[in-house]
Formats: sequence, C-alpha cells, structure tokens
Amino acid sequence: MKTKIKFICNSENVSAEVHPGLSLLDFLRKNLALTGTKEGCREGDCGACTVLIGEFGGKEISYYSVNSCLFPIGDVNGKHVVTVEGINTDELTIVQESFVEEGASQCGFCTPGFIVSLTGYFLSNKIYNPNDAIDSMDGNICRCTGHSSIIRAAQKSAEILSGNITNHIDHISALIKSGLIPDYFSEIPKRLKQLKQEKISEEEKVVPNFYIAGGTDLFVQKWEDVLKNDVKLLSSNGISSTIIEENGKCIIGAAATVSDLINSDIISKYLPHLKEQLKLFGSLPIRNTATVGGNIVNASPIADITIILLALNVVVHLKKENNERKLFLKDFYKGYKTLDLKEGELVDCISFDYPAGNSHFNFEKVSRRTYLDIASVNSSIYLEITDDSIITAHLSAGGVAPIPLFLKKTSEFLNGKTITADNVTEAAAISQTEISPITDARGSADYKSLLLRQLFYAHFITLFPDKMNVKELA
Amino acid sequence: MKNYDLIRHVKGESQFVDDILVPEGLLYASVSYSKIAHGELININIKDAIKIKGVRGIYTVRDIPGENQIGGIVPDEVLFATDRVEFIGQPIAIVVADSQLIAMEAARKIEIEVNELPVITDPREAFKADQLIVPPRTFNLGNIDECWHQCEYIIEGSAESGGQEHLYLEVQGAFAFPVEGGGVKIISSTQSPTAVQRVTARILNLPMHKVEVDVLRLGGAFGGKEDQATAWAVMAALASFKLNKPVKLILPRQEDMIMTGKRHPYSSDFKIGLNKGGKIIGYEVTFYQNAGAAADLSPAVLERTLFHCTNSYYIPNVKATAISCKTNLPPNTAFRGFGGPQAMFVIESAIYKAAEEMGIDPLEIQNKNLLDEGDEFPYGQKTENCHAKITWRRVEEKYNITEIRNSVNEFNNNNNIYKKGIAFMPICFGISFTNTSMNQASALVHVYTDGSISVSTAAVEMGQGVNEKIRQVASKVFSVNIERVKTETTNTTRIANTSPTAASSSADLNGKATERACLNILAHLKVTAAEILNASSSSHIVIKDEIVYQDGTKTNLVWNKLIKTAHLKRVNLSSHAFYATPGIHFDREIEKGKPFAYHVYGTAVIEVTVDCLRGIYKIDSVKAIHDFGKSITPIIDLGQAEGAIMQGLGWMTIEEIIYDKKGELLTDALSTYKVPDIHFTPDVQIEFLKNSENPFGIFKSKAIGEPPLMYGIGSYFAIMNALKQFRPDARFNISAPITPEKVLLNLYSKVYANIPIQ
Ligand SMILES: Cc1cc2nc3c(=O)[nH]c(=O)nc-3n(C[C@H](O)[C@H](O)[C@H](O)COP(=O)(O)OP(=O)(O)OC[C@H]3O[C@@H](n4cnc5c(N)ncnc54)[C@H](O)[C@@H]3O)c2cc1C
Ligand code: FES
Ligand code: FES
Repeated sequence: MKTKIKFICNSENVSAEVHPGLSLLDFLRKNLALTGTKEGCREGDCGACTVLIGEFGGKEISYYSVNSCLFPIGDVNGKHVVTVEGINTDELTIVQESFVEEGASQCGFCTPGFIVSLTGYFLSNKIYNPNDAIDSMDGNICRCTGHSSIIRAAQKSAEILSGNITNHIDHISALIKSGLIPDYFSEIPKRLKQLKQEKISEEEKVVPNFYIAGGTDLFVQKWEDVLKNDVKLLSSNGISSTIIEENGKCIIGAAATVSDLINSDIISKYLPHLKEQLKLFGSLPIRNTATVGGNIVNASPIADITIILLALNVVVHLKKENNERKLFLKDFYKGYKTLDLKEGELVDCISFDYPAGNSHFNFEKVSRRTYLDIASVNSSIYLEITDDSIITAHLSAGGVAPIPLFLKKTSEFLNGKTITADNVTEAAAISQTEISPITDARGSADYKSLLLRQLFYAHFITLFPDKMNVKELA
Repeated sequence: MKNYDLIRHVKGESQFVDDILVPEGLLYASVSYSKIAHGELININIKDAIKIKGVRGIYTVRDIPGENQIGGIVPDEVLFATDRVEFIGQPIAIVVADSQLIAMEAARKIEIEVNELPVITDPREAFKADQLIVPPRTFNLGNIDECWHQCEYIIEGSAESGGQEHLYLEVQGAFAFPVEGGGVKIISSTQSPTAVQRVTARILNLPMHKVEVDVLRLGGAFGGKEDQATAWAVMAALASFKLNKPVKLILPRQEDMIMTGKRHPYSSDFKIGLNKGGKIIGYEVTFYQNAGAAADLSPAVLERTLFHCTNSYYIPNVKATAISCKTNLPPNTAFRGFGGPQAMFVIESAIYKAAEEMGIDPLEIQNKNLLDEGDEFPYGQKTENCHAKITWRRVEEKYNITEIRNSVNEFNNNNNIYKKGIAFMPICFGISFTNTSMNQASALVHVYTDGSISVSTAAVEMGQGVNEKIRQVASKVFSVNIERVKTETTNTTRIANTSPTAASSSADLNGKATERACLNILAHLKVTAAEILNASSSSHIVIKDEIVYQDGTKTNLVWNKLIKTAHLKRVNLSSHAFYATPGIHFDREIEKGKPFAYHVYGTAVIEVTVDCLRGIYKIDSVKAIHDFGKSITPIIDLGQAEGAIMQGLGWMTIEEIIYDKKGELLTDALSTYKVPDIHFTPDVQIEFLKNSENPFGIFKSKAIGEPPLMYGIGSYFAIMNALKQFRPDARFNISAPITPEKVLLNLYSKVYANIPIQ
C-alpha cells in the first residue's frame, strides 16, 4: 500500500508516495540521503536515530524528540521533521560548540543523536537547568565517551543559554539569535499552515492488518511484516489522546502518550509521585510516542503502564465502529498475549474513579539498568485506609506471570487488615502463591520471586516508613 | 585548536561505511548462519531462497575460489561452514539481492540439515574433554612450592568473570566493488586493513596487490573489529567478485551480536599466601579461558592474561597457568584490555578473600604490596619509572580518603536500607604488542606545493583521536599551523603490511613513523633553506612557526615560499618512513624477556551505594590519579580515560552476556544487553600524574586506550564492601558481573536466613 505524504524536512518541503509504515529513519537515509541520522539498533534503544518532530500545539509549534527507527512515515504528514542537518548553521551552534570544546564526541556515531536530543530540550523548554538538560539525553547511548564529557557539554550549553535567553516572548527568535538553531525555523509556522491547507489525498479505505499507535512495540517486533501489509495509523482514526476529568472519573484517551501522562495536571493532582516514577519508563523519545493503548494491547507481562493501571482498577472502553463495550482491565487478559479483544475492536480510552483522599499509591520497578530498561519485576499498589485498617487493596505485579498480573488473592487478604509487619509478610507469602515466573534474559525465576517479595516490602516501607522497616521484614 | 573530526561529527557530516553514497546497481548482502551450536553439516538447502524475486546470488563454501580459511594466529577458522557447525551464528552462506529486505528474507529461508553433537559452553568442561585451542602456558617466578611454609595465611578460592559485548555503535559492515584487472576494492569498518586484504586475497585466490582496502573511520571498535571485521568484508568482496557488481553487507544489530565474539569469560582458581604483616609471599593461579569455537586472537589474549596476573603488586613467588578452552560459542576476541582485566580481577579477588579471612580491609593488603622501582614481574622484565606507589599516595591525599571513609561510615550507621562501599583499584598495564614482531608501523607524508600536508599511516581512526595526535606530530615537527595537516584514510595501497590499530599503541607507533617521515622532509627543506639564504650548512637553519630562522635570526623566508622553491629546485617533498619499537623481546621457550616498551600506572578509588532492599546500586564516584606521561592532547586523553572507565564499570556490573545450555545467546539485543547510559555515569574525576615524562612514547606521552578500563574492576569490590555492611558475616562467591540479580540473591540467600542484618 502507498499513501501520499507532505511534510517539511529541515528547510525543505517534501512530498512523497510511500508505505505509511515505512520507518522515518529509512526514509531519511535512503529517500532523502540524509545520513547524519544513524541506525544503531532499530529498536529504540540507542538514540543514534533521534530526530525532532514539530507540530502545532496551540498557537506555537512544539518540538519533541522521537526515535526515527520506530516512527511511521505516515505520521509525519503535515509536520516539521528536524534532523542534525537541519540544525546546522554557518558556525557551530551552541550545543555543537560545547560538544567540541568538551571533547564530547569520539567515534562520532552517536553524536548526531545527542546533538538533536539536547537541541530539542532547549527548543521545547523555556526554563533551563543542567539536570533536565542531561535527562533529555536519556535515550542516547554513547559507548565511547562514557558520557562524562557529554554531561559537561550539556551543562555548559544550559549555562550559556540560560544567560542568553531573557526575552521569552518569542522563544524561537530568541533561540535563533543565541545561535541554537538556524534562521529558517522562524518561517516554519507559516509554512506548516500553508502545508496544512494543501489538500492531502483521502486515504483509501482498507481493512488493515496492523493498527499502529506509537509504533514502539510494533516496529521493534515486526517492522518487516508491517512493510508487507496494509496498516492504519491510529492517529488518523479518531482515538483521543486527551486526559480529562468527568463526573468523579479520570478518562485517559488510548492515544495519550506516556509524556502526556507525565505532563498532565490531572494525573499530578491525584497521583503526585507518578511523574517521577514514569521517568523509569523507556526514554524521553519513547515516552513521547508510546501510548497507553499500545501498552495495554501489547499485553507484555511487564508493561509498566498496565501494571500501574491494574492497581488503579481501571475500566477499558472498547469500540468497533459504533459498538462500544467496557470491562475491567484485570479481566482483559486471558493468557500470554491473548486478550478479550475482538477483530477490529480498538481501545478507545480507559477510566477510573479518582483516588480517594485516604488512598495510598506506589509503583516499584527494578531492572538491570535503572533507566531505559524493561523491568525484571514491577509492581503497583493502591490502598484506601480508614481508622488504621485497609478498606480497599489492589495490587499488581509484572514479570512474574504470562500476563500483567492482578494479585487477586493478595488484594483480598489485605482487605480489612491493619498495617503491621506480620500482615505484610503474610500477604507477601500469599502473593508468592499467585505467581509463576520463568527464567529468561531478565532474570531467573528464583530471582523474580524474591524480587517481587522485596518490592512488596518496598511498597509498605515507602508508604508507611514509621510502621515498617527492613529489619523486621527481611 | 579544534579537533577536525569532532566538527564533522557534531554536524552529522562524518561518514561511516553505510553512509557512503552508493553507486548505481548496488546489491545488498545478508548472512545465513547456523542456529545449532554443534553438529555435522549434512546439507545446505537453498532451493526456497533462490526462488525469491530479487535474489541475485547465494554463495556457500563451494563458491570460494581460493582457500576457505580466515584464521589469523591459528588456521582453524573457516569463512563458511564446510562439514560441521561449531557455534550458533556461524556463517553458512550469503545471499545477495536487490534490497536489504529481500536479502534478509532469503537468508532466513536457507535451511541446513545437521547431525547434532553435544554442546559445550563452559571452559572447565571443555578442559575436561581435552578441547584446547593451544597448549597451556605457565609463567613462574621464585619458587612457588617452597613458599607456602613462610605464609601465615593461605587462602584458596575461585573467581568468575563474564564476557562483554563490544557494542560499537556502528555495526560491522563493508562495501566492496570490482575494479579493472579483476581486482576488488573494499571499504571496510576494520581495525586491521591488512588482515582484510590478506584474507580476501586468500579466499579469492588473488595476489594481495589486487585487493585494496580503505578505511575512513570506525563508529567504535574496542577490539571487536580487530579480527572480527574481516569475515564480512571478505564476504562482500566475494559477492562483488562473483557478480562483478558493488555489494554492501551491513549486519543488523541482532545478527552482529549473535555472530561475533566478545570479551573472553574466564573461570579461575587461585591460592594466595601472606605473612603476618600482610605481605603477599606466594600466588598460584590457573585461568580457564572460554575461547569459543576457534582461536581468533585467544592465544594472544591468553598471553596478556599471564603478563598481568599480578597487576600492580610485587609477589616474589608466582605460578600462573593459562588454558585456552574450546567451546561451542562464537570465537571470543580482542576487547580493550585484551586479557589484562580478567587477570587483574582474579588477583584482586584473591586479595579481597584474603582480607576477609584476615579481618582487615583489602586496601591494607593492596597498599603493602605495590610495585617498587626495579621489582621483577613474573615474565622477567623489571619496573622502570614505576609509579604504582606515587599514584596510590596521591589518591589518598588529593581525594582525602580519611574523610571519604568517615562519611561512608557515618552514612552506613544512619541507614539500614542503603549502604555505601568503597574500594581502591591500582593498575599497571604493559604497552606494546606482546607479539614483538607486530610493533612496527609506517607513515607516508606529502608536502604539497601550496604548503599543505597530507599524512597517511597504518592507524585507523575509531574515536581514539589518533588522527588528531598524528596531526599534532606533523605540525610540531615542521612547526607549522596544524590546519595545514590532514590525515588521510587508512589504505593498503599507501601503507602496506600494517599491524592492526590495537594494543593502545597506534599513536606511539604511527606517531613515531610520522615523526621520522616529517624529519626526512624537514632535512631536505633545511638544506634548501640554507641554499636560498646562502648559509654554509643546514645546521644554521631552524623553522619556527612557519618562519625560517638563520642562526637564531628571523629571515624573510616563510613556509609557503620555502616549499615552492624546494619544488622548483626538484627537492623531494614526500617521505615514507618506518618505525619498529627498539629494545623489546620475549622468549616463549623460557617465558621471560622484556615484552613491553613501558608500563602505565594509576590508582582509583570507587564509591558506591547499594539499595539492600531492592538489590540495585548506584556507582557514586570514580576518582583516579592516572599516569598519562606527558600528554600531547589532554582533552583526547581524558576522554579515553573516562570512556574506558565506564566500559570497565559496565563489565563488572550490568553488562551480562547470557548463553543458554544450547549455546544460544539470550542477550542478543540492546533491550536485553544493557550498557551504561547517561544516568549510570558516576562523578568521574581524573588527575593527570605530574612530572611523568615517558622517554619511550611519542613526544614523551603514554598510551591511553586500554589501561583506565581496569579501574572499573574496583566497582565490583566496592559493591562487595557495601554488601558486607548489610550482612557482615556473609561470604559471597566471586562472580562478575555483579548484576542486581546477583546482589539480591546474595543478600537474601537462604544460607543467611538466620544471620541478622546490620
Ligand atoms: C526502547 C523501548 C523502551 C521501552 N520501555 C518500556 C518501559 O519502560 N515500560 C513499558 O511498559 N514499555 C516499554 N516499552 C514498550 C512500549 O513502548 C510500550 O508498550 C508502549 O506503551 C506501546 O505503545 P505504542 O503506542 O508504541 O504501541 P504500538 O507499537 O503502536 O502498538 C502495540 C500494539 O498495540 C496495538 N494497539 C495500539 N493502540 C491500540 C488501541 N488503541 N486499540 C487497539 N490496539 C491498539 C497495536 O496494533 C499493536 O498491536 C519500550 C519500548 C521500547 C522500544
Ligand atoms: S536506531 Fe537505535 S534507537 Fe533508533
Ligand atoms: S562517540 Fe562513539 S558512541 Fe559516542
């Protein structure tokens, strides 16, 4: 299949007829011969392919980083794509200059990705601090430098730019003047609007073999199949990405990304720690594209968002054309990667009751590498407590069963109990009877069992530090 | 002064093999490999694969015009499997097609029929089955059998260290195209252009002069493209030769990880004896090296393990035996440190276990046994300009160790979930290829009539900054602006018979050759200048900052004019020069000699924090005093040290290679094999040891590529130290990497169920 696309790549307008599931990386490198964007892994884990996507978010264009190896070309339609070539100015930019001065590049293969990520940070934020600047490169791996010099370069860039940018009214012009990006950026809003007005040919009606949301699972697992089949992009399929409150409920559109969750005031209000905890999910470019719906439907046993949502006891809203139905997330999983989802049915949104005032929530994740890694085991807990005793308990655990697991027996056991070391150890023992971990690259079965017990203790030690300590539990 | 390469890198302009503009009619190759680790190869079935539209050719062992042999040190490795398969990932055939996608699909359709044989993945098992790559070797010093009675403490144990994936960000790849006269030109991502040339000639049955290899730069290598870049380049050349078309072969990341060898895992036994005062009297060690299915560079790696078996310590009685064991894994290969890290890990383990037994801190033993001037290594060489003690003392002073230890103690007293640990890590690493004959290099320098300078050497740029160092050398010798100097690609037609860019020695060897070539031209130029200025001899002439001085007085003769005149006067403005490291030798009969031009020293202190509830940890800091000699490019050298340290930390902690019993790699992607990321990066502080001038290095500098990696070993023992704060009575096995899994299983092992935690 082929569709027509139009977008702006760096300073050039591009139109092409391509398979919408072709990766942006391949299009850039092969069709446009922009080889500054590198392929290091094709699975979102190295960042050598990082590019920026700019699109209207309100009046201004907002830029965010993505892994072009996992990004469907169909989704760049009407947007601005910025590669390292599109950042170059006559002189070195502030970011490039800092990298050169600090020796923050050795073999150079990873470097364009780092330059793009860090430039993206300055483009997409208005207040700078060195630690956030460093965080923006959490999806980029450099095997040569060991990152120390890159950290110095980021600190230096942040320092210079913080000093330079006093006039925040027109952010883009200020950045052009400071030497972060080339002039043509100022024309992009106008040009994008023009582009939008040009009519993009109607997509053919097809029954797709694949629906693509963020593509962060699909492109890793099946990119070759995607190219050989008909696909449909969920972005053009009416699935919402908004997060709203309605009648005492929080409703999250299935197309909401992990970054959307992190940036949502509604989520922050009720689950104030989630923002920090979600930094353990993938990397910034992954969080910018990975969706809630994709996380649920991919049905990986260690899916972080799913594990969190299980403890929040969310309801999944499904739709197929005009048919809608809903069910609890905990009832959605039937077996390894099998779901109660009919052919052609899509996840529309999820909803849950606001966490009550007497509620406690925690999420724990342990992976071999703390950041940008899949959990060996993860777990979430939601408790409501009245007069010292638990009135509602929902616990979930990932990586210990063929499905993301709702710990039913353990949750039931805790109902009505007080928070004591004895009850917690007993509950932990019950949770061990509900799981069936296997040995794989993320750890041995023994390890996963032990780790779940420890994370279980960690929930209580974190939530009730006065009532619990490690010596009593170990 | 700006590093030219870096300017291109940050702009995304630097080209790697896969970035080069491709000619019309380019074809793509994909490799079909064995999914079975050991067996007799009965049949290769390409019927389904060849039918696929767009497939242009499929080549197996039958299509090799020359000899099916790619082994370097030992001729024991085939390009394509013939009658048996010996590891998962062993190439069977290549498919050439119109697109990468078609080639990959067809490669998957090739089927092999195999009579399966038992699979060995463990080196000790291979040893028992008498599966050795080369005969074992033993180094001796003093008299090990007589020394034990002088010891108050004798501790025996074993230590395991795991493999390590290079994870160069640029995967293996090459691009080959036919040239007139029946030859082939290969653009390869290799550390060893000559190896690619030699093996291609052997496989294609061509004289070496018909094979040209050109290397622009590598996107990282770390040893992984020393021997193991060859096969892919040769396959691309074979296909190009057969089809008379340009062919590109780039391994997808997963196939790269499955098919290529890694750092050698080692399993070792040690016995260490100390007197009451903590002096080490005797050390006996046996290393079982997991070589994989073919020799590759294993015998050389094994040798370096023996050279570094006592690390930075003087031990009067030593017996070290190293055994290279043949297993059904991809042939393991060079990786930064080249067997040295594995050796140092074992002596540090022995010291750790001894300290545990003696109830003292390991650093007390480390400190008491550091090398002194004139001490003898087990291989007979004696230390010269020894900096073991100086760097240790300077670490104590500069980083205020007493204060660090106090604050760690205080932290540990106030925390029961989090515990901190520290460890010292001294290093001593020998510089030179231990195969003496490889310590040679050459350079070709041209001065063009416009005064610009071109330098070709055998050195391959792979991020280590050798190009920039070579430019420095040329600009210093001529005393001209560095902007005038350009380094060229590494090409076998310009520089022949090269040693690989490895062993940290490329700047030394190629820098010295460049210096010589420049000096040759300079001598001619001075004669010319003397003639122009009517000086009686060239000894009156000096060139400084592009201006000619006569007897110390500035003249009007400047560089550009001098060059132009020299050319008109028919003076040779080019020179090829050769360098071979003097004074080194080694006798393998008696295992004694002076294999190294010099040693690099240093000491680091590593601090970590372990979350003893969840079993995870953070490396807080690495603080080192390192002996760089007199660095010619401090920013490059600092970067090398920082990068090497991080690889050492990764090797000891989160980088875990897992093969299952069938020899299948479970950690075959970046999603399962984790290397340090930006958040993993600790506070790294490195001070350059002062007043260290190295007479044997280029411009008195010291080699830098490999040695700092071994500071990373300290992280293992710092974590052990922290675990001890949580479980003071526990005795943990020594097994690296110490992953979060091992930390947790250690802390909560049933063995300690009744031992209280701290
Ligand atoms: C480098 C990397 C790191 C990662 N780290 C993490 C991590 O830390 N934690 C974690 O949990 N996951 C992680 N993931 C996995 C992945 O990012 C998540 O599962 C993500 O939420 C998937 O969303 P997506 O939109 O990209 O899904 P896609 O890949 O687009 O889709 C996945 C599947 O879901 C289907 N689908 C998507 N949306 C819908 C819908 N609305 N209705 C019906 N079907 C739908 C698709 O058809 C497809 O079958 C990581 C992935 C990568 C590549
Ligand atoms: S190529 Fe590695 S993240 Fe895209
Ligand atoms: S500079 Fe080589 S990977 Fe970063």
